[in-house]
Amino acid sequence: MELSVANLAVARGGVTVLEGVSFALPPGRALVLRGANGIGKTTLLRTVAGLQPAVAGKISVGGEAIAYAAHADGLKATLTVTENLAFWGAVYGTAAVEDALTRMNLSDLRDRQAANLSAGQKRRLGLARLLVTGRPIWVLDEPTVSLDAASVALFADVVRGHLAAGGAALIATHIDLGLAEAEELELGPFRARPASENGGAFDAAFGGDFA
Amino acid sequence: MIALLLRDMRLAMRAGGGFGLGLAFFLLVAVLVPLGVGPESATLAKIAPGILWVGALLACLLSLDRIFALDFEDGSLDLLVTAPIPLEGVVAVKALAHWTVTGLPLTLVAPVLGVLLNLPEAGYFWLVVSLGLGTPALSVIGAFGAALTVGLKRGGLLLSLLVLPLYVPTLIFGAEVVKRGADGMATATPLALLAGITAGAAALLPFASAAAIRINLR
Repeated sequence: MELSVANLAVARGGVTVLEGVSFALPPGRALVLRGANGIGKTTLLRTVAGLQPAVAGKISVGGEAIAYAAHADGLKATLTVTENLAFWGAVYGTAAVEDALTRMNLSDLRDRQAANLSAGQKRRLGLARLLVTGRPIWVLDEPTVSLDAASVALFADVVRGHLAAGGAALIATHIDLGLAEAEELELGPFRARPASENGGAFDAAFGGDFA
Repeated sequence: MIALLLRDMRLAMRAGGGFGLGLAFFLLVAVLVPLGVGPESATLAKIAPGILWVGALLACLLSLDRIFALDFEDGSLDLLVTAPIPLEGVVAVKALAHWTVTGLPLTLVAPVLGVLLNLPEAGYFWLVVSLGLGTPALSVIGAFGAALTVGLKRGGLLLSLLVLPLYVPTLIFGAEVVKRGADGMATATPLALLAGITAGAAALLPFASAAAIRINLR
């Protein structure tokens, strides 16, 4: 199940932020997206996940293969750890809750309400949801926010296990995950040029040079 | 789908707010109206169908903005959109969950409140039937309004303004069923129209709501 992106342009709030992005993500590989704040990492990931349409270009991925994890974890504060995971297990038709709890080191917290978890524990629970989906391609937006060093290492191990099992991961992050096998893609060169530089719609409409 | 229904019902029970608030509001309306209107039983009997229906409608309105707003804020709506279940089904199930925790309890307690308003004896059966048939439309139309306003800060007021005009036909025919039933007249026509509105709304609005959510999430 390969994810490939060709000549993709994405927009946020009607303004194109990235253009000409191309990459391929075969099974067993991880790609880390790098770039300054506001360059469009989240927008790119949301487009790949199918939450918003692309401005131009092509995203090809076979069927329902993508599991998306955003800044917000979608956890319900009044449900317990197990109930939160079991819900997503039922939605995705898998029964991998126990396995996910063990692998994200959450077994001791299974009956605790999500409201009573620390920020890092919530984040681990959010990532455990990925394991429950059973989807091969993980699209992760800043997965390590509020994780301590040990949890980052745990997360890197989980990603490594996922890659070894034939999965793939597309990750936007600012930190070093310790994933030696991951390739990196710097998004800076794909930044869309502002309209004033390339003769945008305004200039074209008035046919003039206002400088 | 069933998991989503159970989750939404469980969340409503644990949070308390949506579940109890509507019922409490309905009770307050039924208690306060006789105090305001006066104790003449003939007057109360005349206005009881309308008051009960208006009370149920406003009680339903109270919890509408929670249908999608909570899921939007904590990110679950994004995850549900990317999950392998159709968004139209998600909307329908969430409307059903909303009805189960608001419309259904309102329908069940309505006869008790009918006593407070001196509803004529013949009207009780039609009160329960009309609320049972009409309140699902309130939840489905409300879910559509909630889908249109999801992501807006303080969208509650806009939601009420959008939804209230759409509630008017249900209110007119629902109250008409009870009025006619209480007077011993034939109820078939307003009842058929009430059921028709509910069936039409339940068949069409989940598609419109799903489209609205997809656009609002962009």
